[in-house]
Amino acid sequence: MKPVYINSVGSVSAQKTYDNDDFLEEIMTYNDTILRVIDPDYKAHIPPAAARRMAKGIKMSTVSAKTALKEAGLENVDAIIVGTGLGCIGDSEKFVSAIIDNKEQFLTPTRFIQSSHNTVAGQIAISLGCNGYNYTYVHSAISFESCLVDALVQIRNEEANHILVGGVDEIVAHHVDTHRLINHIKSEPVSTEHLLQSNTAGCVMAEGAHFFVLSNQKKETTYAELTAVTTYNTLSRDKLTEKTIDFLSQNGETLENIDLIILGNNGDDGFDSYYGILSDGIFKNTPQAYYKHLSGEFDTASAFGFWLAAKILRGGTIPKAVQLNQIKAKKPMNILLYNQYRGENHSLVLLKRC
Amino acid sequence: MADLKLELKEKIIEQLNLEDMSVDEIGDQDPLFGEGLGLDSIDALELIVMLDKDYGIKLADPKEGRQIFESVETMANYIEQHQTS
Repeated sequence: MKPVYINSVGSVSAQKTYDNDDFLEEIMTYNDTILRVIDPDYKAHIPPAAARRMAKGIKMSTVSAKTALKEAGLENVDAIIVGTGLGCIGDSEKFVSAIIDNKEQFLTPTRFIQSSHNTVAGQIAISLGCNGYNYTYVHSAISFESCLVDALVQIRNEEANHILVGGVDEIVAHHVDTHRLINHIKSEPVSTEHLLQSNTAGCVMAEGAHFFVLSNQKKETTYAELTAVTTYNTLSRDKLTEKTIDFLSQNGETLENIDLIILGNNGDDGFDSYYGILSDGIFKNTPQAYYKHLSGEFDTASAFGFWLAAKILRGGTIPKAVQLNQIKAKKPMNILLYNQYRGENHSLVLLKRC
Repeated sequence: MADLKLELKEKIIEQLNLEDMSVDEIGDQDPLFGEGLGLDSIDALELIVMLDKDYGIKLADPKEGRQIFESVETMANYIEQHQTS
């Protein structure tokens, strides 16, 4: 099969990731139940006239996408594929509130335009003048991985050369309030360093935007090769090990070939046991890493994991802050990512150094 | 009239997300569209809804908007002449 390369990255997250020259050199620590992104200088990337109608999710995505395009040395792409769990939910809330407050009268277009899930991919396309394939996947915790599958198929089938792929989710008050009510967010603040020792239900909820240029051409900027992606909406604990081994086998890899596994542990004592099945099981002798103590949890948080894997593969070093076990890692050649949210929407992603 | 103009400027800044502007920067006779504030057709829709919602004025002919929304002053004049609530 034709190789698919990750040629650039762009990230806006709760860490200082918007500068590609920096790789978690300074860790931002928190003691909270929600995390917001560290805002880059939006005005440096977005003209004021355009910015005034942009929801935060669009602004984060625009900066992240522009960072990725600049690093890849591209002014345009053949396709734009974005994953999001909730789209620009802030404007969705405002639009629905306006419907209620004004008794279904006096509805204006701006909030409606911004609140649709596909507005991020659309706004990026408009800013680039990209008339190519434009698609948005809204698949909960596998929204981003669905984008990766789409991009892999298109590049391997020679339908596209360069694809901008991203994941974005923003955090807003009403969404936080409702998730607190159903105990999906931790009831007490948890420090960054002790997330996995909290032994409490729920997660530390967050936001972020991560974009990547996937390409059929290897360049100087190339981070890694994206080898394979698979997703499962439902997967029972007793099938996880078998499915993971099958995934590796189908892609010509063995357990021994995996130099690092990056897990999506979010400190929720009800569901982190999924990760434990792999970290205490078939990968107990493999170097392990995690990242949601740095990024927080959101539907496309796994894109932060993807960003982390790409950075590790190009740089060859694993930041101490993400190391989950004490097994010393050599310069990783193959990285496996595993993520799930509340026992549903599982994903396995395989990256290779190149 | 001066109060109405000030109110309109505040509403324009708030409704149209002109975050970086203050009421002092909008002159009574500054063009709202084109070379002035640079508003566009989506803003025009927002202003039409604002007239209806906040001042009870429905524009029967949207083409009237071209003259009404020329500046804050023309808006204020139109509202004073047509306000029902």
